[in-house]
Amino acid sequence: MIAVTSVSSGVIVLVGAVFLACAVEMVEALTIVLAVGHTRGWRSAFEGTVVALVALAALVAAFGPALVHIPLSVLRLVVGGVLLIFGMQWLRKAILRSSGLKAMHDEDAIYKETVAELEAINARPDRDRIAFVMAFKGVFLEGLEVVITVLTLGTSAHRLGLAVITAGVAIVLVGVTGAIVAKQLSHVPENAMKMGVGILLVSYGTFWVGEGLKVTWPGNDGALLALVGLYAVVAWVLIALIRPRRELVASEVTA
Amino acid sequence: MTAQKSPLVLRLLKGFGMFWWDFLVGDTPELFAAALVIIAVVAVSRIVLQENAVAVALLPVLAVIALAISVRRAQRATRK
Repeated sequence: MIAVTSVSSGVIVLVGAVFLACAVEMVEALTIVLAVGHTRGWRSAFEGTVVALVALAALVAAFGPALVHIPLSVLRLVVGGVLLIFGMQWLRKAILRSSGLKAMHDEDAIYKETVAELEAINARPDRDRIAFVMAFKGVFLEGLEVVITVLTLGTSAHRLGLAVITAGVAIVLVGVTGAIVAKQLSHVPENAMKMGVGILLVSYGTFWVGEGLKVTWPGNDGALLALVGLYAVVAWVLIALIRPRRELVASEVTA
Repeated sequence: MTAQKSPLVLRLLKGFGMFWWDFLVGDTPELFAAALVIIAVVAVSRIVLQENAVAVALLPVLAVIALAISVRRAQRATRK
């Protein structure tokens, strides 16, 4: 019973972290591709997207199997360190946004900025190099974060298949939604999702650093849930502590 | 005279290095440094001193302290 519970905790946190992280990155990539497609035509935007996806698939094919051969304690320490840093960065940003000290991530604004930037460039040939490069960059850079998240979490937990499937579901779900609404994905609760991702990544980072250094966690994988709870409370407390007083908010909110 | 383009391999390596620098350090070098300190301190307490309970407690506590310091730093920067 205990074993079943502890395995489930690890799986739940893994699936949650991969799903949320991939969905957030997909929203960001899709916003750029939609802006490029609407402004400069779909052909080059599509080509840029496909080439980026092929490059990302090549990276997964090259590094995925290689990671499996690294000793597990070394892999977990390195991955844990990376996740700890990455997670703290996400969580810090989410705390600053929730407290009002940093502007919320706004897909509407990003969409408009990208469109304005592209419209300022006049030429619109049949094969649009700028559209290709922007779509490629958007998909590749956001996709690279997906690849790192999936490879690190998946290999460390020895559940690469599950991580890949979860990422695929998140990407397809956001992609289909984006294709149906065919506009910016501003209704996705991205800021709340980023808070969730930050908490899950820091929790996983803490857990894997410990595992990599031969720390024995009380409750084994179940400790992950305790870490998630701890970091959620810490985030909530920090937001409450640094939130500017109501009368100061208007003057101090910055982008 | 035109500036000579560096070889492709060099540019790729530079791009790879820049990506990881932005990814891990970026505008929060304090978090990067904190992670290294956390790993070092926990390694000493677990591997050298053989104190598992101390390591279990130190890991999340140090991460919370690092996060709080970084958030406080950002708050101060916003107020300037």
